[in-house]
Formats: sequence, structure tokens, C-alpha cells
Amino acid sequence: MARRVGLEVSLACAEAVKLANADVVAAYPITPQTHIVEHLAELVADGHLDAEFIPVESEHSAMSACIGSSAAGARTFTSSASQGLALMHEMLYIASSMRLPIVMAVANRSLSGPISIWNDHSDVMGERDTGWIQYFCENGQEVLDLTLTAFKIAEDPRVLLPVMVNMDGFILTHVIEPILMPEQAEVDAWLPPYVPQLCLDPAKPISMGMVGVPEVYTEAKRAQVQAINDSYPIILEHWASFAKQFGRSYQPVESYRTEDAEAVFVSMGSLSETIMSAVDEMRAAGQKVGVVRIRLWRPFPVAEFTKAVAKAETLVVIDRNLTFGAPAGPVATEVRALLFSQGIQKYVANFEAGLGGRDVTRDQFKEMLAKAQKAKAAGQDMTCEMVGVKE
Amino acid sequence: MIEVRFHGRGGQGAVTSAELMALAAIAEGKYAQAFPSFGPERRGAPVQAFLRISDQPIRLREKIYQPDVVVVLDPSLLASGNVKAGLKAGGTLVANSSKSVEAVQGECGFTGRTAVADASKIAEEELGVPITNTTMLGVLLKAVELVKMDSIKEPLDGRFGKQGVKNFGALSRAFNETTIKE
Repeated sequence: MARRVGLEVSLACAEAVKLANADVVAAYPITPQTHIVEHLAELVADGHLDAEFIPVESEHSAMSACIGSSAAGARTFTSSASQGLALMHEMLYIASSMRLPIVMAVANRSLSGPISIWNDHSDVMGERDTGWIQYFCENGQEVLDLTLTAFKIAEDPRVLLPVMVNMDGFILTHVIEPILMPEQAEVDAWLPPYVPQLCLDPAKPISMGMVGVPEVYTEAKRAQVQAINDSYPIILEHWASFAKQFGRSYQPVESYRTEDAEAVFVSMGSLSETIMSAVDEMRAAGQKVGVVRIRLWRPFPVAEFTKAVAKAETLVVIDRNLTFGAPAGPVATEVRALLFSQGIQKYVANFEAGLGGRDVTRDQFKEMLAKAQKAKAAGQDMTCEMVGVKE
Repeated sequence: MIEVRFHGRGGQGAVTSAELMALAAIAEGKYAQAFPSFGPERRGAPVQAFLRISDQPIRLREKIYQPDVVVVLDPSLLASGNVKAGLKAGGTLVANSSKSVEAVQGECGFTGRTAVADASKIAEEELGVPITNTTMLGVLLKAVELVKMDSIKEPLDGRFGKQGVKNFGALSRAFNETTIKE
């Protein structure tokens, strides 16, 4: 039976890594990820987690160590954020192209400058095309559950790709809330030890990470693209088996009060909890509005997303990050592109909210919707509209 | 849902106050959320911490702008306008002060329900340190029964180990020495 405990969400993430019996943790501390790594260091030092903890000198080294340990067949975890994730950047491609099932928790934080330790999604958006499976958690329970499922998905021989578990820095990581903590035996039954398909072994030498001359590079990359596309049904399969074992169900796209909604908010991460409360208030005032949350960002759930927003005339897409000089933020750009490519006509407004830790309130969501509706009625585009700017 | 905002100075443990209450509420089977004001921690600087307790799951990730209860750990913060900002007219002010309830209300500019105890003195005498975060929970619980007194024991022990009992003593004394003006 699961225990219901009050726990800081960072610690819930670390406890998930312990429940998963990770073999290697290589990480470099950075706010707001610090508590995850500190707690793991403690668990290893106190003998509660039988793992090798590698305190590296930088995030670049952290990912390099993870690549080595995963290639040697170890269940491998790391965590980072912001500038640290940016410093890992080049190694992220190596991990995915070598098909190494590393799991990384990202405590999402803005990028400098100005220097900011606070939350937004700028860090992960810079890593969008690194070939990792990427998803976003909404609350502490999801952080625990989806960190566990990350190992299951990554290590499936049909997948063999690294998984990035995104959780809003501070806004999730530093909150104490109720968490249902599964028993070790339950997790063991569901998540057996990692069995590598190929690994570095002096007795049976192989090479990994070879050069790809023009004659093979395209084919190698095509295989990698195929791998992440093919991972989609397997991700769903493992979330379904998690639901069967633990009773909590996860879908790539979540909808709330969208049945008859004329307007739908689209968001990722913890913002959607506040949006749900705002939607309840707007519904009470007679507005037909709902919210669609993208949980799985890579591979993008095209069919599920399209279905989720099918009935709405207006989409209010929130990007929790900036774009510079682009027609829309990254999430809105994808939404617009995929609707256009399917010949679906909708009004897609785009807001940039919650930058560098700026609080986003229920009232602001109501204002966003009002602005979007006004712009729509006036036949104007509404894009990259920054929320809450002090003029 | 009850929303509480804690005001203290860096090092006084406002965040711990919110966390202990959340842990006690969760142990009672309630839903709760405790979080800091996410700033760089600077000793002595004004800090805030937030607490929500509800019988229903809490789906909010914004700060608390219209608290039902404001708890002030440091008497020197009472005169700052931030303390009563957004405090509901029917809400409760819970203050650490050696002064009378009326004097506290005057300092703060708040005329509603107010609970006061000299938590600095109690903490000095019971704990030997002027850190009022656990002591003030006694004043808070006297003013608003957010959780049962017994429910706070385990979180105190979990946080302070052997010092948990002493902290509960300070908290209980503050509970008994609280003056409330409705």
C-alpha cells in the first residue's frame, strides 16, 4: 500500500530515483535543482540507495559521466537546470544519438541575463531538438510518478532513448504537498533491473559514438528520428501499465472542461493547475472555456492534441518562455503549424507568461482570454504578447 | 480553503513555520501546500512564506494575495504596509509583540480580529534563542484551529529531533499566553 506523506517535491523526485534503484547518479548542483541532488547524495551516503554518486566538476562532465555509465549498462540519473542544462547541451545530442536510456530531471529555470534563478521554460526550449523524450509535470505526484515511468520508458529495448522530466523550478520543486509514496516491492515488481542490449565490456569490445561519414549520417539520423516517433505508443503502453499497477493514469494530453468550450487555454507544466481554477471561476461566470495541457512534448502527440482542441474556436496558447524575432513562441508555433498542416482553421492567440519567476494569477488568465477575444473580433493577430509587463 | 501568509526575517524560520503546518495538515488527511517566496535567502531581510490548507485538492500555483490569516514573526515588520496587504476584512492577524493587542492593531493599521503573544520572550526563555517560528505556531493555532495541537508534534520531532519536545513546549506556552481581540 502506498503511504500518503507531506514532502517537498524535490525530495519526491529523489525518492523516485531511489525507488527505481538507480545505479549511478552524476550531477552538479544548481538552483533550483539542488535539493534533488542533495537528497540523493544523502541517500547514497546513508546507504539507503546502493548507487555510485559521482560529484563532477560541471554539468558538461555530469552528462559525460552519465553517458559513460549508461554505456556501461548502469541505470543512470542526473538532474540540472538553466545554465547548467545549457552547459550540457552538446552532450545531450551524444546521449540520444548513442541511444542511452539516461533519465534527467530538469528543475526548469530561466536563462541569464539578467541573472535569474527563477522559473520559466527557457532552459528546456533550448534543448528541444536534442532527441530526448521530454515531458512536463503538473504537480508533485506527477514528479514522482513520471520520474519512475521515465526509467521504464527509456530502458525499453524498443525505445532506448534518454528521457527529460521537466518540473517547474521553485513553483514545484520547493513546495511541500501530499504525495502518495509507493512501496519498494510494488516498484520492484513493475520496474525490473535494467538489461542493456549492448554495453561497453572489456571482454567483448565494441565501439560506440563512431564517426558518421556523409554516406551513413543521414541514415543514422533517420533511424534516430524513427526511434523517437516509434516510442510514442510505447510511452502510452508504460503509462497504462503504471496506471494498472499504481492506480494513477497519465495521458500525453490532458483536457479539463473542454466538452463545450468555445475557447481553450493550452499550456505545459504547473501553470495548468492555476488555469483550471481560473477556468472554474470563468465557467461560474458563464464563459465556455477549458484547458488542454500538453504533458508529452517530445514526441509531440499530434493526433491527441488535435482531437483535444477540435471543438474550440479560439486557442490561448501560453509559452512560459521567450522567443526572439519569431512569429510566435515555440509552443504556439507548433500548435499553429500542426493545425495549418491539417487544414484546421482556428484563432490561435499566443502569450508569454511567467518569465523569470513572475507569478501568473487566475485574474491574468481571465485578462488573456479577454484580450484574445477582443483581438479575434477585431481581426487582429495576437502573438508573443508578454503578460504582466510593467509599463 | 484557508490561506495563510507568514512574514518574517531571513533566519527566523518563516518557511519552516509554513512547512510544519502543512505537514501536520497532511498527516490529518487534509490537502496542504507550503512554499517560500523563492528569493535569495538573506539573513535579516523581510521574507514571506505561504500556506494553503483545504479539504479538497488544491489546484493553485500562484502566491497568496488575499490571505485569511497573516502571521508576523518579527515585531519590527508590523509597521510595514506589506503585512496587512490583501488581508481579508474578516481575516485574522497573528502577531509577535510585547505590546497590547490595541497597540499592535495601531502599528499595523488593521482593525479586524487580532491575536498577540510575546513570542520573542517565550522563545528566549523556552528555547534559548529568539527564533519564533515554532512558538508563533502556538499563537496561530489559538487564533485559528488549522490543525489539532497533537498533529504538530510529529512534524516538530521530524524537523528538530530531540529539540522537538522543547519546541512543542514553547508552542504550548504561546498558545496559553495568547490574547485575542475579536
